[in-house]
Amino acid sequence: MSASVVEHQLREVQGPSAMGGGWNRFFHLTWTIGLTDFRLTYFGSALGYLWSLMRPFLSFAVLLVVFTQIFDAGAGVEFFAVQLLVGVVLFAFFQEATSTAVQSVVNRESLVRKMQFPRLVIPLSVVVTASLNLAVSLVPVFIFAVASGVPVRASWLLFPFVIVALAAVTAGIAMALSSLYVRFRDIAPIWSVLSQVLFYGSPIIYTIDKVPGNWDRLVLANPVASLVQLARTWLVDPSAGTPAHVMGGAGWALIPLAIGIGIFALGLWVFSREAPGIAERL
Amino acid sequence: MSAQAPAGVPDTAGTTPSGPVAIEVNGLEKAFRVPHHQISTLKERALHPLRRTEYDELQVLKGISFSVARGEFFGIVGRNGSGKSTLLKCLAEIYRPDGGSIRVAGRVAPFIELGVGFNPDLTARDNVLINAVMMGLPPREARSRIDAIIAFAELEAFTEMKLKNYSSGMQVRLAFSTMIHTEADVLLIDEVLAVGDAAFQQKCFDVFYDLRDRGKTLVFVTHDMTAVERFCHRAMLVSEGRIEMLGDPEEVSRLYIARNFSSGAGAAYSPAQPEPEPEPQRDPGAPGEDRPPSTPPAPVPAPPRAEILDVFVEDASGRRVDAVPFGEEFTINCVYVSHELVDRARIDVWVDTEDDERLFAASTLGWRDPTRRIQPGERVHARVRAGNRFTSGRYHIGCSLLAGSAGQDIVVLDNRAAVFLTYGGEHVYGLAYLDHELDLERSPVDEA
Repeated sequence: MSASVVEHQLREVQGPSAMGGGWNRFFHLTWTIGLTDFRLTYFGSALGYLWSLMRPFLSFAVLLVVFTQIFDAGAGVEFFAVQLLVGVVLFAFFQEATSTAVQSVVNRESLVRKMQFPRLVIPLSVVVTASLNLAVSLVPVFIFAVASGVPVRASWLLFPFVIVALAAVTAGIAMALSSLYVRFRDIAPIWSVLSQVLFYGSPIIYTIDKVPGNWDRLVLANPVASLVQLARTWLVDPSAGTPAHVMGGAGWALIPLAIGIGIFALGLWVFSREAPGIAERL
Repeated sequence: MSAQAPAGVPDTAGTTPSGPVAIEVNGLEKAFRVPHHQISTLKERALHPLRRTEYDELQVLKGISFSVARGEFFGIVGRNGSGKSTLLKCLAEIYRPDGGSIRVAGRVAPFIELGVGFNPDLTARDNVLINAVMMGLPPREARSRIDAIIAFAELEAFTEMKLKNYSSGMQVRLAFSTMIHTEADVLLIDEVLAVGDAAFQQKCFDVFYDLRDRGKTLVFVTHDMTAVERFCHRAMLVSEGRIEMLGDPEEVSRLYIARNFSSGAGAAYSPAQPEPEPEPQRDPGAPGEDRPPSTPPAPVPAPPRAEILDVFVEDASGRRVDAVPFGEEFTINCVYVSHELVDRARIDVWVDTEDDERLFAASTLGWRDPTRRIQPGERVHARVRAGNRFTSGRYHIGCSLLAGSAGQDIVVLDNRAAVFLTYGGEHVYGLAYLDHELDLERSPVDEA
């Protein structure tokens, strides 16, 4: 025991930060906490699995009825129901992660105020939990797709890119919102409205070709919309077209890419800036 | 003092430790900004974009420098609001210091509160795993220690039970056990020593001695002077963000007790020149007219009719002490001086718990002669000799001098004239232990 004690050198204590304590601990903590929360939703009740599928699939069912039976949004679109389901499930992930993240730092206040804890773990573990939930809900999505007659294509292999990119954008927003909520408590209602806007601003309940004029470029500048469009193209209907194709050139597709990277970087920057003082503000 | 002398680190009762250094704090400063008007919504921020938030700067730590040797047990004491917990949180990387530097050697594990991050919906096993990872163990290492942690907490039978079904004592035991098994090099502990029942507490004390022998460094913030004297090699008294005293634990705890209960006991430390008692908690700026009419305006201080000069406790051998071991004799001393003639005088001395429950009182009520009349300028020294039958804790000594046939005239009275601690009575179930015989009479059931 004493042998290991002797080796330690004095090191400067930097104070609290977003990521302090080494990469290993950071990774272990994010994964352990994310996985625990995931398990709690699933094993908390006997119907846990069904319950957590309920939300995206129920809203899918409602949207399907409204937009095929009442408004004729799906007319002439191949596999409209499958496209709708893919979009709804992806957006449900985005919404779950960001809206849970808003209050996450405040809710885990005791960790921040009573423990040496890398603060960034908190919003990121929320994204991990939501990603695990997404993985679980994707299983019935694929079953539904195959059952509906969507042909299995090589482009399905590209789908993980969509997930990773969406998780990155989501993490960026989660980091920014969770740290800003400590200062501004009206972030929560503001974000719930904004995320509604994003939902209707993404080609989920409609297809991108229904957007008049050049407005489709504006819609697809939103990285979430672009990723939904990519998923639709790669999974369901190649003729829907990638964002680059729809916007009229690969150069245009750099816009959502840059915005997405920007969101992630901005979120990380905001969080790192706020992190040292969070314990004092809570 | 009858506290055990700390072993292991020789000659540390100074301001600088000998040997390799585990913690080095230099000129540490920390201030909190308390805004006059908290802007907590974006809406307000948008409506008043140019409003500068005005702050009160609350300087909590005003340049603290000290170092702790490797293997040392270091106690930090101070009144509430003195900055000791802020200091601990700076060491623990929970608060960022505004000035100065902190350097530590090895892995630091803070325990500001036991069971932080426990989830009531998870089993003990899962909670231990998560908690250990939070404290910095790699998951594999944490997994290999779960059994030892649970065994130490004596909870083997309940590993798969959800934490919400645990009693609070079981949770605390689990948390404490996790804490000591994480093998940090420097442990920072805030007021968590008093956990569990007597048997478990004894086990904790054994662990502390063991940690000390293994060269772990431990810094703890506490109000418990018994613990400071029992475990610490050195102690530090912090008041108003500065170090007031650093050195021998017994001296520090003596000064702490003196400072903390200075209203009555302050006189005890300067009996030659008794200070006028300061009025505690009175806002000096409040004008008299604003008070409700029922309370009279602040009276012009009249010369005291009598004074309590000194209140203190002696152990069986007549030494002045702050702490008395359970089961041993001790003497409560109260010294009065009267400035006027007190007729039909009555002297009372009593012991209260921290919650102002009267445990014991001695009184001259019913006596015939000795205190019937006290002359002006006369000193009266009251001694109450008793065996210590009190459970471990902190007790207040109160005393009074009354006059008149029914004792209706209070000449002088102090409910909290002094404080003393008792230790070693952890096994006492209840506030006090009376001499008694326990006897069971059993009548066997007639077999029909």
